[in-house]
Amino acid sequence: MNPVNYLYLAALLFTIGAVGVLVRRNAIVLFMCVELMLNACNLALVTFSRLHGNLDGQIIAFFTMVVAAAEVVVGLAIIVSVFRTRHSASVDDTNLMKL
Amino acid sequence: MDNLIPVLVAVPLLGAALLLCGGRRLDRVGHLLGTFLAFASFGVGLALFFSMLGRSVDQRPIHDHLFTWIPVNGFQAEVGFQLDQLSMTFVLLITGVGSLIHLYSIGYMAHDEKRRRFFGYLNLFLAAMLLLVLADNYLLLYVGWEGVGLASYLLIGFWQHKPSAATAAKKAFLVNRVGDVGLSIAVMLMFTTFGTFAFTPVFADASKATQATQATLTGIGLMLLLAACGKSAQVPLQSWLGDAMEGPTPVSALIHAATMVTAGVYLITRSSAIFNQAPTAQLATVVVGAVTLLFGAIVGCAKDDIKKALAGSTMSQIGYMVLAAGLGPIGYVFAIMHLVTHGFFKAGLFLGAGSVMHGMNDEVDMRKYGGLAKYMKWTTVTFGLGYLAIIGVPPFSGFYTKDKIIEAAFGHGGTEGWILGTCAVIGAAVTAFYMTRVMLMTFFGEKRWADDADGHQPHPHESPKIMVIPMVLLAVGSVAGGFLFNWNDSFVRWLSPVTGVAEGNPPLNPTVIQILTGVVLVLGVAVAWMMYGRRPVPATPPLGSLLTRAARRDLLQDDFNHVVLVSGGSHLTRFLVYLEGKGLDGLVNGIAALVGGTSGRVRKIQNGYVRSYALSMFGGALVLAVTTLLMRAVA
Repeated sequence: MNPVNYLYLAALLFTIGAVGVLVRRNAIVLFMCVELMLNACNLALVTFSRLHGNLDGQIIAFFTMVVAAAEVVVGLAIIVSVFRTRHSASVDDTNLMKL
Repeated sequence: MDNLIPVLVAVPLLGAALLLCGGRRLDRVGHLLGTFLAFASFGVGLALFFSMLGRSVDQRPIHDHLFTWIPVNGFQAEVGFQLDQLSMTFVLLITGVGSLIHLYSIGYMAHDEKRRRFFGYLNLFLAAMLLLVLADNYLLLYVGWEGVGLASYLLIGFWQHKPSAATAAKKAFLVNRVGDVGLSIAVMLMFTTFGTFAFTPVFADASKATQATQATLTGIGLMLLLAACGKSAQVPLQSWLGDAMEGPTPVSALIHAATMVTAGVYLITRSSAIFNQAPTAQLATVVVGAVTLLFGAIVGCAKDDIKKALAGSTMSQIGYMVLAAGLGPIGYVFAIMHLVTHGFFKAGLFLGAGSVMHGMNDEVDMRKYGGLAKYMKWTTVTFGLGYLAIIGVPPFSGFYTKDKIIEAAFGHGGTEGWILGTCAVIGAAVTAFYMTRVMLMTFFGEKRWADDADGHQPHPHESPKIMVIPMVLLAVGSVAGGFLFNWNDSFVRWLSPVTGVAEGNPPLNPTVIQILTGVVLVLGVAVAWMMYGRRPVPATPPLGSLLTRAARRDLLQDDFNHVVLVSGGSHLTRFLVYLEGKGLDGLVNGIAALVGGTSGRVRKIQNGYVRSYALSMFGGALVLAVTTLLMRAVA
């Protein structure tokens, strides 16, 4: 199977994630879309690793996973905390950071 | 004996301090204390004078260094006194005439509730003037110069409850400031050129001037002339003198005779070494003197206020002195000689005018006098002697001293000599006219007395003895002064070691000049008699010619100052304010508005929605990616 097809898949997944981040309001869904984008990147990295025949991309993918896991911990904690105070998971309700 | 010099200054200064700080408990004796201290200073002056006479000519100048005022490396401001023949002359004039004026003021100010303060100011005036003439360097002279300005301000505005007096005091102070700026620039120039401002080294350096310093000397000379114009009320800084008549009459006498206006002539004569090396400055000086002597004389002709007529006359007489001082060595001695005799007769005239006012309910309008000779015999006689002296009738003092100046003016030589001499002769004629006018309108003719504002009828009477005695003494001075000074050339021999003396070469025989002066004198008196003696004087002033009307308004000097300086200045400031508001403020405010407006618009991007921030991040990332790709494609 042509490894370039994985790149197309990665691009597709990234786009779905990006559009999701832009159009959805639920913070949990938003978060999932971010994860989708990260994993799309991981897929692309692994694919490039395969294409170039070295392991650099795979190593970076591991790093990304670790960082994403840490990010999820912090992010979910924030979302839960926001939900507790504002009784809503909509990101549009947390719009106090403006002048 | 030498260490008596500081005492001269200290005595009146002590009086001023005591009287001004002593409070009410000195109210009863303040005037006596002030007068006593003035006479004490005169006594010290006389003692120093006789001691000086006892020494040989080259031993006469004495010097007393007191202390170093500002000891800085490369800048030594010393406080020291120098008493030479020129200073001595001034010391005797200031303390002598000043003491007589103190004495007169005891009577004149008897009913004034601020009498103690008045005598304090008079003492301060004497102290400042003595400091001015005794200083051995220009910086200390400047201290005295400013002190004189301060004292004159306080005394002219002594009746400050009158708005006119307060304004006159401010005017005198302001106009004097202009001159003071000149003096300070001159002192600074001296310091940068010669590295010192002590008289002896400055004059020594000035007299061996090179081509390069010649220009600087001219600058110094012109600045000194500006200073002299301010203090001595010479054109173009003359406008304060007429208004200064708002002060009590003894103050006018003091300002016009012994102190203040003589300071300018002193300054020029003292700086003779500088002026001798700066022909341009000398030319400016003679022009100022000639213009002022005619200016003052014309103003004096038109004034109906007796004090203002005398003020015009002072301006004119000081003009003679400045003219003589500008002529160089042929004139210095005669400038000072005229200054001294003028001190006598002008003080006498002013005290006489004060005596007349005293008897006439403080009326100053000569058109409301007339026929006073019968009621005020002493005043009439002393005023009359002063009158004969000022118009220069032989053998009164003005004859000797003014004729010498006229001869010196002709002796200047060339066309300039003719012009200056003619001005001086015309001035003498006009002097004779206006002084005769004052004399006739005040003491002769029929009574034109009018009730004063409160409806009191005037009862002219002779002033008390304490006022008459100074007038008599001054009259004696004005009669005998010129003769004594001229006897065996005593004054010339006395002063010439300081100022130097030279013979002029008048194109006319001195006798011809004397006859000429005599003829114009008779002419002036005759015209005045035709106009004011033979005909009755109208109580309301006639409209008069254009020149008369201009002269009544001081030859439009205030109007000129108003149009050129006041409105010119306010226009300039208004323009500058406009420029500042539109230009500088506009620039600053514009930048602020630009930043504010831009940030107001940019602010809208920060709307608090996570999605929109995410969009901008994606947009940015997209732009970066596209740019990178494009760059690659181009490369």
